[in-house]
Amino acid sequence: MASGLHPGKGRIAAVNYAALNFGMRLTDQEQAMRAGTFGPAVQWAIEHQIKVGTYLGAEDFVPVTQAHIMADTESLGVAGVEWLERWARLPDKQRRVRIPTITDPRGTDFASAHKLKHQPWMLDLERRAIAAFESLGILMTDTCINYQTIMAPVRGEHCAYGDTGVTIYGNSVCGARSNFEGGPSALSAGLTGRTPRYGYHLDERRQATLIVHTDFTPRELTDWGALGGIVGRLAGDYWQVPALVGVDRVPTSDEMKHFGAALASYGSVALFHMAGITPEAQRLDDVVASDRELRSHDVGEADIRAFQESYAKGIDTVDLVVFSAPQLSLVEMSEVAALLDGRRATIPLLAITSPQVKPDADRMGLTARIEAAGGTVLSGMCFYQSYAREMAEANGWKKLATNSAKLTNILGGYGYQPALLSMARCVEAACAGGKLA
Amino acid sequence: MSKIFHAAAGMGRKLQGQALVAKDGFSARYDLDRIKGVFSRPEHKLAGESYVGRVLVLDAAKGGVATAWMLYEMQSRGVMPAALVLNAVNPIMVQGVALADFTMISGFDCDITQAIPTGAMVEIDPTAERPFIRLL
Repeated sequence: MASGLHPGKGRIAAVNYAALNFGMRLTDQEQAMRAGTFGPAVQWAIEHQIKVGTYLGAEDFVPVTQAHIMADTESLGVAGVEWLERWARLPDKQRRVRIPTITDPRGTDFASAHKLKHQPWMLDLERRAIAAFESLGILMTDTCINYQTIMAPVRGEHCAYGDTGVTIYGNSVCGARSNFEGGPSALSAGLTGRTPRYGYHLDERRQATLIVHTDFTPRELTDWGALGGIVGRLAGDYWQVPALVGVDRVPTSDEMKHFGAALASYGSVALFHMAGITPEAQRLDDVVASDRELRSHDVGEADIRAFQESYAKGIDTVDLVVFSAPQLSLVEMSEVAALLDGRRATIPLLAITSPQVKPDADRMGLTARIEAAGGTVLSGMCFYQSYAREMAEANGWKKLATNSAKLTNILGGYGYQPALLSMARCVEAACAGGKLA
Repeated sequence: MSKIFHAAAGMGRKLQGQALVAKDGFSARYDLDRIKGVFSRPEHKLAGESYVGRVLVLDAAKGGVATAWMLYEMQSRGVMPAALVLNAVNPIMVQGVALADFTMISGFDCDITQAIPTGAMVEIDPTAERPFIRLL
């Protein structure tokens, strides 16, 4: 990996949000929200948004058309669920979201919770959170691939997306405009129908800040994830916008999904460009200001292999195989089923998808094929959002194989040793008692 | 004379505490065992260290969106750092700090992880016209 680091503006100095840090302008309606005219939930929401917007230099609000809330109960905890329940007890007119508001994966799949050894208290907490969300008028989609299954955003559409993978895909592949909106802020956007106008709602923030040249266009999803992880590490923080140069064909939606999810996970990055491919970068010049000198890097196949091998070090056998993070598309479900046909997984193999894909997978026989081969199909959850630490302890799981670079990045902190392998090699391992070829 | 470093932005309360410093990122989901109150990701430079009650001085906000809820949950159990001091924030960290009513300052003219030594007693004032961290 070669770097051409141009000093210019350093990363720290580039985050000059203080220069913009003054009070936000409010419309009459926003002032009424702040004054409590629409009830205490909306009042809290806009106050929260003003705090966040002021910190990050927003001058005003921008209307948003949809919100997406990440709120698994491992993150919420009892305190977070009780906090939601307070709003859910308000009178109907004071508690309901005013734009379509959907949810990220839940902390379990109720139909299969026993297979994961999820405890009754986890399920109780989930049920309480779901009841609260439903009372707020939120649609329980339980998915992190809403751009593939629910409603992809349109170029220029301002949204409030509460999942890093959703945000980066919406911004980069669709040309939509969203920052990372954590659960409280996405809920706020649902309640007020707007969000502070900072970051990726602004044209000037959407320009590239670094260039990554590659002479290797990945073939496997796991290679796309590894490339995303490498670029994420190079980018380093949320305010960096990498522009990738050299990809020699248009990637599929699943490839963009794995690339973006890993880039967002490793780098906390919310927007990338791919020269000649993504909508705002039909030419590289479209996203590079002529007066700006950018740092540049070269990434090749050897870097991708080194990245993957760094995770497999010292692992010769795994306890389980997980396909998740992001949830699997119908096409990925089909690929898993095909790889398992005529074989038998002898360690747990979890294929985790969305509640929208699962009925199609059932109807088309994919679920039956995966489960006939010893796999387990789960829906509406995501592995790392589903009490990963407790699952490890209850099931004796430590070493895990996955084709998701994002999952690999997250699970170390939960006590797992992950190996990052292709989908085919993961299935091979599952059918060989966990032994890695 | 004590050394003072001004931040671009701040939120929360004035406080004093002992610094725990690393040139590494921060994500509640990725990096912490929130039950035990320690850094748990093996690759993190503070792996194994307790963060409870410490002023965390780190490089950049990392990871996903969960921190926006998790700081509130950590605060409710009292298994929490005293404050966060970061070179670069992301919106999630700001949103989480706002919900948890926590203390954070960020954005410096220098690399703050090189300016503050681990173990140093520091004062943070996010309420000042120019928020700052000061070595005591």
